[in-house]
Amino acid sequence: MSVADAVALVRNVSPRSLRVWERNRDVYFVTWKTNLFPPLAEPILYLMAFGAGVGALVKQVQYRGEMVGYTAFIAPGLLATQVMFQAFFETTYNTFVRMHYQRTFDAIITTPLSLEDVMAGELLWGATKGAIGTALMMLAISAFGLLHYPHALLIVPFSLLGGLFFAGLGLCFTGLVPQIDSFNFPTFLFTRWAQNLANALPLTHVANVIRELGFGRVPRDLVWDLLYLLVLALPLNVFGIHLMKRRLVK
Amino acid sequence: MPPVIEAHGLTKRYGSLTAVDAVDFTIDAGECYGFLGPNGAGKTSTVKMIHCSSPITAGDLRVFDLDVREQPRSIKQRIGVCQQEDTLDPDFSVRKNLTVFGRYFGIPARQAGERSRELLEFIGLWERRDARIRELSGGLKRRLAIARALVNEPDLLILDEPTTGLDPQSRHQVWDRVRTLRRQGKTILLTTHYMDEAQTLCDRLVIMDHGRILVEGPPADLVRTRVGREVVEVWGFPPALVAHVREQGWSFEADTHRLWIYTDSGEDVFEAIARRFPSEGCTVRMAGLEDLFLKLTGRELRE
Repeated sequence: MSVADAVALVRNVSPRSLRVWERNRDVYFVTWKTNLFPPLAEPILYLMAFGAGVGALVKQVQYRGEMVGYTAFIAPGLLATQVMFQAFFETTYNTFVRMHYQRTFDAIITTPLSLEDVMAGELLWGATKGAIGTALMMLAISAFGLLHYPHALLIVPFSLLGGLFFAGLGLCFTGLVPQIDSFNFPTFLFTRWAQNLANALPLTHVANVIRELGFGRVPRDLVWDLLYLLVLALPLNVFGIHLMKRRLVK
Repeated sequence: MPPVIEAHGLTKRYGSLTAVDAVDFTIDAGECYGFLGPNGAGKTSTVKMIHCSSPITAGDLRVFDLDVREQPRSIKQRIGVCQQEDTLDPDFSVRKNLTVFGRYFGIPARQAGERSRELLEFIGLWERRDARIRELSGGLKRRLAIARALVNEPDLLILDEPTTGLDPQSRHQVWDRVRTLRRQGKTILLTTHYMDEAQTLCDRLVIMDHGRILVEGPPADLVRTRVGREVVEVWGFPPALVAHVREQGWSFEADTHRLWIYTDSGEDVFEAIARRFPSEGCTVRMAGLEDLFLKLTGRELRE
């Protein structure tokens, strides 16, 4: 993909992409019962497990030079994984289902929407799913008193950016994988040697910002975290659209 | 008035495969135009280029006098497409499928609601407006897909194999709606591999095979000029008959068991051969599109 390709592709994105966002939103409301529960229940399960289980052993952890409660440390991390999972799952599994099984995109591109519009709508919706999931999870976590407002409110708009990043990453995979079973997570990230690598990975940056906001402060290194996500999210999104276009336009 | 669709040297290649090979055709306003051909003939590839979902490889294609490469959005705003595969939204109700689709065309919600009602009444699905898609039979789904293609009141309706896979009753239901639309003066482009469908619905058609257009014209004219008025069909015949037919210079086709003789005077041919060459059976009938189709595309099995 050349720069000229990327420019042409971005120019094919119009406000009509919001129609795809609306379509996905409408489906979300039709199937709300299955959508609402996990982000609300997950943190409660995790916090109880970590709080009563691991938390009984590890009372406090050192974080940026100070001691914080273990569950207070874990909670923003849960939010960060929520941003990632919601957005990534949306533009991998769900986009794949719409593309391959429901042939939704085939139908939409016969209307005035371009394929770029459709993919941009998918990406925006993926980011939105990240924000919705995060907001729901925040409700549950706040019940434990683990978030400090009003700073924590900024987590919601921030999760849109984090979501956009992971939505773009997901779409790249969807543009490449041969079949839906191919979406798997790189488990090597959980081994010790990859710790340094992990620090360079996007979720670390998402988690940093959410954790600071959750603690009720202005995130240190905020500019760098935002810059990291912004600078990578845009090309990732464009590349995702490019790959999907290559896959779908025959 | 310029034609609705004008194609010159239209070509589509996928890698080394040429799916559409430099075809020319013109579709005028108000006609029902058919693309008839076996599977893999290039019908759907042609249609996809017309609704701007597939870029053209070479040649020229104008829809509503607009270039498909330059103004796909303006073209797509004015066409309605009913695709071969089921692309209805399974998570939405029957009615919601139409209103959501209307949104893609920028139709205001209220207007889309009214339009959906008209369309659902037209296809006889208003009573089931709140049903889920999976509750519908194949025939009803196809009718709904046609209704969805009409939501933007298109100037051109594209129906890609609209009755493939449907039972006979459902096919007639679909035909009935297409005839009504045709009477209303809608320009319709239809692809099919059913002869009866092409014969009954199309004002003009092309027969395509291997990416090329073999013939073009009104179905009845094509049959009369290319096949003849009548067909004498003989089965279980002695080999001498084939030699005789050749000798006479009659136009014919044969497979291992059957022989078709194309002629304008079926009775005379019948008289001439029935006694002389005893066979299991011999009959004279009117020539149809199927005779033309098989004559042009051959009788070998495809796929």
